[in-house]
Amino acid sequence: MNKISIIILREFTTRLKKKSFILMTILMPFLMVLLVAAPILLGQISDDKQERIAVIDQTGLYFDCLQSNADYLFIRYDRMEPSMKSDTTSLTAILTITADLSKHPEAAMLASGKELQLNTVTYIQGALEEKVRMDKIKSYDIPELDAIMKDMDEGFTLSTVKWDKEGNESESSADLALGIGFLFTFLIYMFVMSYGGMVMAGVMEEKTNRIMEIMVSSVSPFQMMMGKIIGVALVGFTQIAIWGIMLTGLGFGAIWLFGPSEETQAAIAASVASTTTPAATDVPMSHIMSWATNFPFVELGIMFVLMFIGGYLLYASFFAAVGASVNTQEDSSQFTLPVVIVIVFGMYAAIGSQGNTDGPLAFWSSIFPLTSPIVMMVRIPFGVPLWEEVLSLVLLYGTAIGMVWIAGKIYRVGILMYGKKPSVKEMIKWIRYK
Amino acid sequence: MDIILSTDKVCKRFDTHVALDEVSIEVGRGRIFGLLGPNGAGKTTLIRIINHISAPDSGSVSFNGHPLSWADVSNIGYLPEERGLYKKMKVGEQAIYLAQLKGLSASDARKRLQEWFERLDIMAWWNKKLEELSKGMQQKVQFVITVLHEPELLIFDEPFSGFDPVNAEILKQEILRLRDAGHTIIYSTHNMASVEDVCDDIALINHSRLVLSGSVEEVKGRYADGRYEIRAVTDEAQARLVAASIPDASIHPILPSMNEVFLKAVSE
Repeated sequence: MNKISIIILREFTTRLKKKSFILMTILMPFLMVLLVAAPILLGQISDDKQERIAVIDQTGLYFDCLQSNADYLFIRYDRMEPSMKSDTTSLTAILTITADLSKHPEAAMLASGKELQLNTVTYIQGALEEKVRMDKIKSYDIPELDAIMKDMDEGFTLSTVKWDKEGNESESSADLALGIGFLFTFLIYMFVMSYGGMVMAGVMEEKTNRIMEIMVSSVSPFQMMMGKIIGVALVGFTQIAIWGIMLTGLGFGAIWLFGPSEETQAAIAASVASTTTPAATDVPMSHIMSWATNFPFVELGIMFVLMFIGGYLLYASFFAAVGASVNTQEDSSQFTLPVVIVIVFGMYAAIGSQGNTDGPLAFWSSIFPLTSPIVMMVRIPFGVPLWEEVLSLVLLYGTAIGMVWIAGKIYRVGILMYGKKPSVKEMIKWIRYK
Repeated sequence: MDIILSTDKVCKRFDTHVALDEVSIEVGRGRIFGLLGPNGAGKTTLIRIINHISAPDSGSVSFNGHPLSWADVSNIGYLPEERGLYKKMKVGEQAIYLAQLKGLSASDARKRLQEWFERLDIMAWWNKKLEELSKGMQQKVQFVITVLHEPELLIFDEPFSGFDPVNAEILKQEILRLRDAGHTIIYSTHNMASVEDVCDDIALINHSRLVLSGSVEEVKGRYADGRYEIRAVTDEAQARLVAASIPDASIHPILPSMNEVFLKAVSE
């Protein structure tokens, strides 16, 4: 047991001292900020340019429905002027409407000296379509049309309620549940992918350095693998903690430097609003609070920690086994691919389960160890029986420990097989070797 | 003789290839045991079985009178033929880490490592990364790492490969010193020239089988064929006089070996 902690300490400290690690840890938050800030800033830059569009409306019906805004300026002309065709600098496009569009849909034409932006076409088409639709409805002479239209515009939300065991009602939100489920899923996925690769590289380093013959004659391969996997996990937690602190610092730094100007706040609010579902934004605050209090946060938190560790352990041991069985970096990719495919399958199973979190796909994939850490997190907010959670955890940890053992076995037998090309058949034979 | 390690009819096969076929050896405590044989004879396989890296298909290994177990590994030091350490790690740090894995405390490891480095006069390497050292220097470091936890049994697989004569001589003296301090040494090689200098006992493996074993003197005696050689240091004239009385005798001036030339030239 003591040897594992010695190995963990080495794996942890040598990685922390690496220049590449220090560099990545410091640069990453800046890259992340840049990644978030760049689209917002660039979006603001393109706003400055207003496109000028000439409108030659011979019917006189449509100019009013084309609303000028920050992006587009519509200018009325009575007829086509000779300069319009040759001069493309002052005008982006010319819209000609020759007849009533509700009767002659082909009577509108948008002409330009250069390729038109899809946004521009969509904007004009949308405005005209809306006008034509309204005109058509009006042509049926329905009494009190305005009131009917106003009434139709009012949407509604289906409120969802979850009964607990005593039959008490509690409000629930499928959106919130899914959002939180996916957040956790994403975290597990990212962590496994980035640090699993580190475990693999570490095991391969021992092989290429030829140090493993010394290691195996000092510690058991299981201790070796476990030490590596845990050591790398600690590196991951440290890195994430540093990033968290730095990002918080950068956030406060930005506010202090630039001040909470209304423009940037509006831009951030807009970008946030566009990522959340429209239904959620219409809902009053009190409802959100009531969902929050009914949410199984404690259960979710505990399961997240257990599933996160188990999932990492399982996938890291797969990566370790790959590292132990290959001789070169090139060989590793053909073995990593299946691992990646399984994780991606888990992601799709999670997405497929969101519609029906109690369906057979959701059930089986949340029990099966390779997909359970990902799928179970999506299911938990909707309520999962305790026995399923326990079964899933037992299978996950059992498989993970077994896989670490197998990885160790491959590592040890790999010494005796220098130079042999690894194949799946060969590896199964290795596991059976004494 | 006090036996520290013995193997009894050890067999090992890989697929169709038989690596060891009923090999039985006995290693006496406090002696240097030469494990000899041509390339691919099965020496390394036997060493790996003794090190608990691989297990025999049949037969048994006993250590200090009991069947070899995982716990005995900390009582064995092993210098593999395929040398290798962590390239990016500092020499001192690395040696202490590997000694800790053999069960030594960090402070003990540091103290002993200091003694060794001072004696070999390589203290300057302590804070260097391994990759900054030459191959021979790396081998020296690895030798120290192998013996640092002062195990009862030391196994050296081709310890002199990669060393120049000066360093090979230093290493040889260290090996003899370790023997005199009570350690048992298994020394595997296919280089017979060094065997007579170092070994007390030998076992010769050929084509997976043990073909010869015993003490160096005894084995040599067994192969004696009744020939004698006259040795005398004298001048040319007298040498010719003696040679005349023996049919077909020839005389040569005594010239130093290249090894001696090297040692002399480098030490000047």
